[in-house]
Amino acid sequence: MIPGEFDYHSPTSLADAVALLDRFGDDAKLLAGGQSLIPAMRFRLAAPETLIDLNRLTDLAYVREQDGHLAIGALTRESALEESDLVQRRYSMLADAAAVIADPLVRNLATVGGNIAHADPANDHPAVMLAYGASVIARGPDGERAIGIDDFFTDLFETSLEVNEILTEIRIPAPSGTAGGAYVKVERKVGDYAVSGVAAQLTMDGDRIRQIRIGLTNVNPVPMRAADAEAALAGQLPSEETLEAAGQAAAAECEPSPDLRGSEEYKRDLTRVLVKRAVAKAVSRARRAQS
Amino acid sequence: MSRHTITVDVNGETQTREVDARTLLVHFIREDLSLTGTHIGCDTTSCGACTVLLDGRAVKSCTVFAVQADDRSVETIEALAADGTLHPLQDGFWEKHGLQCGYCTPGMIMSAKHLLEKNPDPTEDEIRQGLGGNLCRCTGYNKIVEAVQYAAEKMLTERPSGATSAERPSGATATEEVEA
Repeated sequence: MIPGEFDYHSPTSLADAVALLDRFGDDAKLLAGGQSLIPAMRFRLAAPETLIDLNRLTDLAYVREQDGHLAIGALTRESALEESDLVQRRYSMLADAAAVIADPLVRNLATVGGNIAHADPANDHPAVMLAYGASVIARGPDGERAIGIDDFFTDLFETSLEVNEILTEIRIPAPSGTAGGAYVKVERKVGDYAVSGVAAQLTMDGDRIRQIRIGLTNVNPVPMRAADAEAALAGQLPSEETLEAAGQAAAAECEPSPDLRGSEEYKRDLTRVLVKRAVAKAVSRARRAQS
Repeated sequence: MSRHTITVDVNGETQTREVDARTLLVHFIREDLSLTGTHIGCDTTSCGACTVLLDGRAVKSCTVFAVQADDRSVETIEALAADGTLHPLQDGFWEKHGLQCGYCTPGMIMSAKHLLEKNPDPTEDEIRQGLGGNLCRCTGYNKIVEAVQYAAEKMLTERPSGATSAERPSGATATEEVEA
């Protein structure tokens, strides 16, 4: 399968990339890792007239802590997260996700920015970034702006990025000493999308959960937070009963579609179980971090 | 439609060709360069039969445009026994019977080559994880894992004395640091 014809541009500066996007607008697509876009083009699900290849913008690939957050350049490959000592040591939920996205070959090209900007509810980073309370930095012709992740995903494959804006960075708040997080995913086989996935990031107040954010993968038309599940856990002891209540709340508030990966009922129940597992793992990591 | 002149280091040789923007790297390798050791299996970014090293990293060449390889290096299966001697990985697949039909083998070997460069002494689990992007429909994978173990051992033994796993390329860390 060969994609349709297109014009190809390979800018070497972010300013040039923004200018090209501003010029071609909706007729153009940005090419980052290409691991979702190129398959879509081969199937002719996507047929952009123009591709703007961002891969020469090598200074957009970095992972570093600064000003109280983890800054991830949009062109950072998923494999770089796996190889980052900083991520492995301090951002367990992100490390969990990086190891289960697609497969190792795809992760050598796929980018964190692309995973988020594609806004596919089946992708793993949206739920993780929702749980972290991350923000994304967008660059357009008029400069840069920060967008809170809660305001980023607007619909299936739709974000609040303007047509001439490029996502350049993702910022994750640095964890406090009482923080813990986990991403738990069930997939049929390596490389498949999640049947369901749950990202949970929390802080503890003694034995109680002080604050928690939960993101869900592939059980809703839009990447979503499980707000009812969060409400069932905030301020509570992480008992079996509380976890069960949170799991049931998440199962009720998501809207999975039946497909080859399972029925709606199965996906809801799996989400219930995965919420419990992710929260329990996050609690245990938070306790370990404190001890 | 746009056509582009690209210059790519392929297996140590500089190749300059004109390609359509939409030409996939695997088609460039097979059809423009006649290097048919790189196979097309699924054509859907699933199977890994088309795996090559792009600037040293294993990627699916059916999911990269050839124009993206401009000014970069590509290594294919043909590079491995270029001097007429089998690479330890090829030797391992031979000795341990790591193939039946052989269709997935070039991709398996290129993935394994990248894996062993990052992690010269992998555990069985790390090999299985590392080859997770490559599908084999014949062997059940056990013989492939044994082949990679054989190659890893041989490569460690044949390493110049004094070299240790501490000499991994910078940026590469052992996958055992990843929490399960």
